Amino acid sequence: MSFWLIQSLNSLALGGVLFTLAAGFSLIFGLMRIANLSHGAYFMFGAYIGLAMLDRGYNFGVAVLVAGLAVGLLGGIVERFVLRRLAGNSLSQVLATLGVAFVIADGSLWLWGGDPRPVNAPALLSGGVQLLGLTFPLYRLAVVVFSAVIGLGLWLLLDKTKLGVMIRASVDDRQMAQGIGVPASKLFTIVFCLGAALAGVGGVIAAPILSVYPGLDADMLPLALVVVILGGLGSLAGAFVGSFLIGFIYSFGQVLFPDLAYIILFLPMVVILAVRPRGLFGRITA
Amino acid sequence: MTPRLLSHALAVGLLAAGLSAAAHAADPIRVGFLTIKSGALAAGGKQMEDGLRLFLKERNNMIAGRKVELVVGDTSGQPAITKTKAQELVEKDKVQVIIGPLAAFEALAIDDYIRKSEIPVISPSAAAEDLTQRKPNPWFVRAVGTSAQTSHVLGDYAAKELKYKRIAIIADDFAFGHETAAGFQRTFEENGGKVVQKLWSPLNVADYGTYIGQIKPNVDAVFAAFAGGNGIKFLKQYNEYGMKAKIPVIGAMTTVDEGILKSMGDEALGVISSGWYSATLANADNKKFVASMNRDYQQDPGYYSMGAYGAALMLEQALKEVKGKIEDKAAFMAALRKVQLSNDPRGKISLDALGNPVMDIYVRKVERVNGKLSNSVIKTYPAVSQFWTYNTKDFLANPVYTRDYPPANNIEK
Repeated sequence: MSFWLIQSLNSLALGGVLFTLAAGFSLIFGLMRIANLSHGAYFMFGAYIGLAMLDRGYNFGVAVLVAGLAVGLLGGIVERFVLRRLAGNSLSQVLATLGVAFVIADGSLWLWGGDPRPVNAPALLSGGVQLLGLTFPLYRLAVVVFSAVIGLGLWLLLDKTKLGVMIRASVDDRQMAQGIGVPASKLFTIVFCLGAALAGVGGVIAAPILSVYPGLDADMLPLALVVVILGGLGSLAGAFVGSFLIGFIYSFGQVLFPDLAYIILFLPMVVILAVRPRGLFGRITA
Repeated sequence: MTPRLLSHALAVGLLAAGLSAAAHAADPIRVGFLTIKSGALAAGGKQMEDGLRLFLKERNNMIAGRKVELVVGDTSGQPAITKTKAQELVEKDKVQVIIGPLAAFEALAIDDYIRKSEIPVISPSAAAEDLTQRKPNPWFVRAVGTSAQTSHVLGDYAAKELKYKRIAIIADDFAFGHETAAGFQRTFEENGGKVVQKLWSPLNVADYGTYIGQIKPNVDAVFAAFAGGNGIKFLKQYNEYGMKAKIPVIGAMTTVDEGILKSMGDEALGVISSGWYSATLANADNKKFVASMNRDYQQDPGYYSMGAYGAALMLEQALKEVKGKIEDKAAFMAALRKVQLSNDPRGKISLDALGNPVMDIYVRKVERVNGKLSNSVIKTYPAVSQFWTYNTKDFLANPVYTRDYPPANNIEK
């Protein structure tokens, strides 16, 4: 019993981390139709910036905010000055994002060194909760709540605001949206900023669980891909459901089928791709 | 080419050949160094370079009366690039000896090339058993121990001194983790203990929560064998799940290596591990080494910096033996394989017939001394070989240690 409880909570926590990572990725893909291969790097860069803020004595909330703003700004610059120049050539754009990922990874190594850095949870949320005689880290529960808040915020943004309407219209039919006057240029920059900022925020939120180290970017990027492919490209609900689904598959799969630990994430992806190529909630194909 | 040009070229060539023969002794010794400067293993690569550069600084870049030129190759931790870089060092930069590479899979990737090009290699880190066991390479010697050389000791210690009966193992799911866990299991079970659970976590696992949740509550201790930065993450989460207070952790050398101990907090206190080094060793060579590392690089030396420094000491000893004539490759290699060190910070070191060190192994315990976490030595096993107390021939007749060898017969479902 306690085993199922602990692993379920673990699954939820991992799902929460994955959602903060995948939401931005899915958003960017939906609108711009490019797989942003620098997303893992934004995630790591955010985590490092958060760490730098914490080292300087700022509290966790400030660290999250600064990391989100800084990485969002970086994303905006990349979109304006790199991707914009390659408009219409999505293959080049994808390659460019990969290049950006390398630059960020090496820059981070240069700035923060190669040592893995553990990050402490905010004092208020550190410590554990007692459940059926077992201890579960409180911070992991907080991550679940936090990802739900982000999910809710994004849903409100997409569903209840004019900006959201424009984004959704562009995702569904870009040409038609432009035809009726949706300012695509501005929208691309805004969405890329937002997506990058979400990755940056996710990096700080996940840091107390994952710690920060060179290679975090490369570890996380495939997870983002798996989540959005499973959930459906360009769909917020898909990213949300996909994240938690992967959280559960990963946690329980590793326990119940330890020999499949490496492919346990990719099996469901293959199955989904075979029977439902657009993903569970997807409306567009890649 | 016209005949005239040809004769000129020949003359110049002959002249150059003559000059180079005359200038022979004054030529610098060219040392290649394969390390990792990017990616997940970059921290270890940096520490190796620190150790090596410190050594060269101490010697004023002179070994056995000859100047030393260091050529650094960054392998990025990729076997394919390691091979290219090794070729580049040997064929383009004309190095005469290589110190490196860092990871076992890199060493395996250049094993054939080492044999073919007959370039002497001193390994400052790669611990894969068979490199000095069933598939020894005549041009390869090791400055560090094999994976199980230290864990044989800890298995013995856990059974006899800590009186543990039941242990769960969690280890990185790659050769180093498998071999370390296997060595531990063998000596632990031969002394009456039982390994009742084995968990293999992928090297780049995102989170240990799912693994910690599986650890059997009725074990006496958990043996954790991690490389790189994984020890930091595991011990932190182990504590967060309230396990530290319930079940003690014992570890491999690299689980609580000095290189990562500096990033840990109280969660590491009390972890007992075995290793061929501790920054707290009280001998004079080590005190000087630790002081210099702290002066130049603001950190205690650990596995990687000590490994590279030890490799350089071996190089120095062998070069002294052949009076600096590294050009006589056969004589140099023979000297390298017979190296005995009495000035190594680790203590006395000699090489066995297969090129692996026989050295003291220390059982260490993480304690806070002067506000800093360090590995205090609680017991020393003198002159331990890679074969522990086993007969070499019998040992080599068995298969190499793996995930499933020796078989674990006491696993409880």
